Amino acid sequence: MSDAPRFKNPVVRWVDHRLPIFSFLHHQQVYPAPRNLNYWWNFGSLAGIMLVVMIVTGIVLAMHYTPHATMAFDSVERIMRDVNYGWLLRYLHMNGASMFFIVVYIHVFRGLYYGSYKAPRELLWIIGIIILLLMMATAFMGYVLPWGQMSYWGAKVITSFFTAIPLVGQSITEWLWGGFNVDNATLNRFFSLHYLLPFVIVAVVFLHLWALHHHKSNNPLGIDIKGSQDTIPFHPYYTVKDNFGIGVFLLVYAAFVFFGPNFFGEPENYIRANPLVTPPHIVPEWYFLPYYAILRAVDDNFIGSWILFGYTLIDAKLAGVIAMFASILILCFLPWLDRSPVRSARFRPAYRWFFWILLLDAFILGWVGANAPDGVWNGIPFLWIGRIATLYYFLHFIIIMPLLSVFERPDPLPHSISQPVLKGGGFAPARVHAKPMEKA
Amino acid sequence: MMRKIGLLGAVVVLLAMGGNAVAAEGELPRQEWSFNSIFGTYDEAALQRGFLVYKDVCSACHSMNLLSYRHLSGTGLSEDQIKAVAASVQVPDGPNDEGEMFERAGLQSDRFKAPFPNEQAARAANNGAYPPDLSLMAKARPGGPDYIYAILTGYEEPPAGFQLNEGMSYNEYFAVSANQIAMPPPLSDGAVTYADGTEATVPQMARDVAAFLAWAAEPNLNERHQIGVGVMLFLIVLTACLYAVYRKVWADVH
Amino acid sequence: MMAHSAHGEATASSGHDAGETRRDFLMLGTGAIGAFGVAAVAWPFIDQMNPAADVLALSTTEVDISKIEVGQSITVIWRGSPVFVRRRTPEEIKAAEEVNLNELKDPQPDSERVKPGKAEWLILVGVCTHLGCIPQGQRSGENRGEYGGWLCSCHGSQYDTSGRIRKGPAPLNLAVPPYSFTSDTVVFIGAGQEASKA
Repeated sequence: MSDAPRFKNPVVRWVDHRLPIFSFLHHQQVYPAPRNLNYWWNFGSLAGIMLVVMIVTGIVLAMHYTPHATMAFDSVERIMRDVNYGWLLRYLHMNGASMFFIVVYIHVFRGLYYGSYKAPRELLWIIGIIILLLMMATAFMGYVLPWGQMSYWGAKVITSFFTAIPLVGQSITEWLWGGFNVDNATLNRFFSLHYLLPFVIVAVVFLHLWALHHHKSNNPLGIDIKGSQDTIPFHPYYTVKDNFGIGVFLLVYAAFVFFGPNFFGEPENYIRANPLVTPPHIVPEWYFLPYYAILRAVDDNFIGSWILFGYTLIDAKLAGVIAMFASILILCFLPWLDRSPVRSARFRPAYRWFFWILLLDAFILGWVGANAPDGVWNGIPFLWIGRIATLYYFLHFIIIMPLLSVFERPDPLPHSISQPVLKGGGFAPARVHAKPMEKA
Repeated sequence: MMRKIGLLGAVVVLLAMGGNAVAAEGELPRQEWSFNSIFGTYDEAALQRGFLVYKDVCSACHSMNLLSYRHLSGTGLSEDQIKAVAASVQVPDGPNDEGEMFERAGLQSDRFKAPFPNEQAARAANNGAYPPDLSLMAKARPGGPDYIYAILTGYEEPPAGFQLNEGMSYNEYFAVSANQIAMPPPLSDGAVTYADGTEATVPQMARDVAAFLAWAAEPNLNERHQIGVGVMLFLIVLTACLYAVYRKVWADVH
Repeated sequence: MMAHSAHGEATASSGHDAGETRRDFLMLGTGAIGAFGVAAVAWPFIDQMNPAADVLALSTTEVDISKIEVGQSITVIWRGSPVFVRRRTPEEIKAAEEVNLNELKDPQPDSERVKPGKAEWLILVGVCTHLGCIPQGQRSGENRGEYGGWLCSCHGSQYDTSGRIRKGPAPLNLAVPPYSFTSDTVVFIGAGQEASKA
């Protein structure tokens, strides 16, 4: 790096000449970021913090946890009762998972609102979806480890989905289980993978940050950085802002850990796993509820009439599983479904409405997922609420986004980040500009 | 602003739904507990009374496998008292040098003695019903100690026309099994004699044993609340400082 | 772990005027508070590796010595290690007391290694002080070495009837654990300084 600063310290210089770690760190400090980022941009660093917290608490918990079906539950209770500060470490890890998902979901919705998934950040977005999928796999397996009733039955329900795969489904499922049912073999391998995946996430996060640094951050206006007048160095400006955000976030996290540690959890999981007794309601953790609703929205009555090629190729279970995974994978196609040249919803009044409706739809799906599938709300069966919400979800991406790209009249865009208001007031409609998508 | 309100509304709706899910038992009456609030702690006198109720009434059928006698120091009992409690039971041990299992007086390090050696023996002695382990009962049911208190005081004559199965009792709050519970009313007035002279009525014993079970499920609550208050105060101060630093650093940007 | 990062103090500005000084103070103060927070958070992560309550509860043991005959040894487990409890014969006691301390690699009179009035009872941690093997000599028929105590077959260390090292590579005498006689027939091993619950 020809513009690398000269370090005063000779030891630092010696090291940096051979392994430019100090130059790398310096680059992170002076790395230009848009000057107008708002607090919705704090959630990326919060997600990074939570990844570290989960790994550190997980490693110390693993010093005391026993991944055997006869001992797992008791080893967790030993952590809670006998290990020094074990209760604190367990509650940090347990509530940390919920905080991690809260932070990441907000981070994703920030991306949806401000068009952070649009060119040239499509790959950054897709890498993020991969991180989300890895997080979901990690969280699912982690929840099995205490071997409570919900651990066991949640594992049973979700792994049983693989039986829906035509022809090879049962074999694949038995391969996953390591047997003919969820049992000790399953628990052991879930522990191994649960320990492994977070480090895979770390590697993918590295790619995520590398992709981010290449084109720099998006910003609330959604327009490109034009020059150094639009940016400020990451340090000290965004380091201190991130620190403040971390402080606020820790207040929320600590409130749950110390005063409501079981708020996000299910009482049923404080009962030892019993393969012979099914809990009255099997529910996953809250962060899986919307997908659970989508999964259950498809049932025999709904899909049974679909006959392909003279026989039923896809049964309801498989269709539900496909719909569930599709609901996440469709996000990967968003940069191509939404072709509006305007990034930020701030200048897309029509899209803004649909964004909020999508958010509401996500909450409705979560609410449906939390309730029993045969329940009713004010006379309306949850099954139908779930179906409508699921249909609307896919409608948003497949129909509404492409249509908006064509028919929406966006607001005029500002001239630049540093000069958001052009003198004289009148400026050309955004579509004529077509410039916001240009490479920085 | 609109966005913020919309978001807040969505969150409130979600929390309200979550709240509904917890109170799914319907009319579960809420009790006042010394440990419920942010600054709450366990009432040691109630814990000791509750332990007596467990020991003299409940332990005949219900195990508490996750507790050892030494844990009772959390109820305020002295080490000598705990040693005496442990020594008053015979626990299985062995094998000895002859290869035989034997019984010996309990030590503080022993787990609470279980009434039955295994689930099958427990079922055989209770008409096929299995008295569940109570170590985590206060966390394993929605409503926790409120639920325990409600069950213990909720035994009533079944309403007219109610079909009560053989060997079952009617309990107003045992909704999970349509109000039929296999456990007969375990408490009756004066079933135990409290050392501190408190009158042992059914509601009093129910309250004390519910508090004891809450402690048994969550023995570290006192410490957790105490550290929590310290952490929140610390974080408020730190966050205020971080905010001040943020404003100072950004002062020249705007 | 909650990373209260102490970035507050890392500013490049020099503190000339009063405003700058106030800013530095703010940075330093925040940094100090943050650093304290980091230390406070680090402690539980370090302490969780210390022995847990159930391990501490098993850190003492009571031994019934009523059935041990003169000249007999038994081995009990204490904190995961073997403990030799030997009821010495009068000859063994005499031999131990008459040893010239100058001959010893780790000089210690026999009286310091037993309880007053209970010289019959020798209680030692049965772990060789060389590299940790368990010396032989507990069972009848085992080789007790030249000094009538214990012989470690790993590298040839030999201990006498007071458990003191006499020959071989071990540097120290066999350790005497903290113990006390709660009665004439019961020995309580373990000091009781931690949570002794057994």
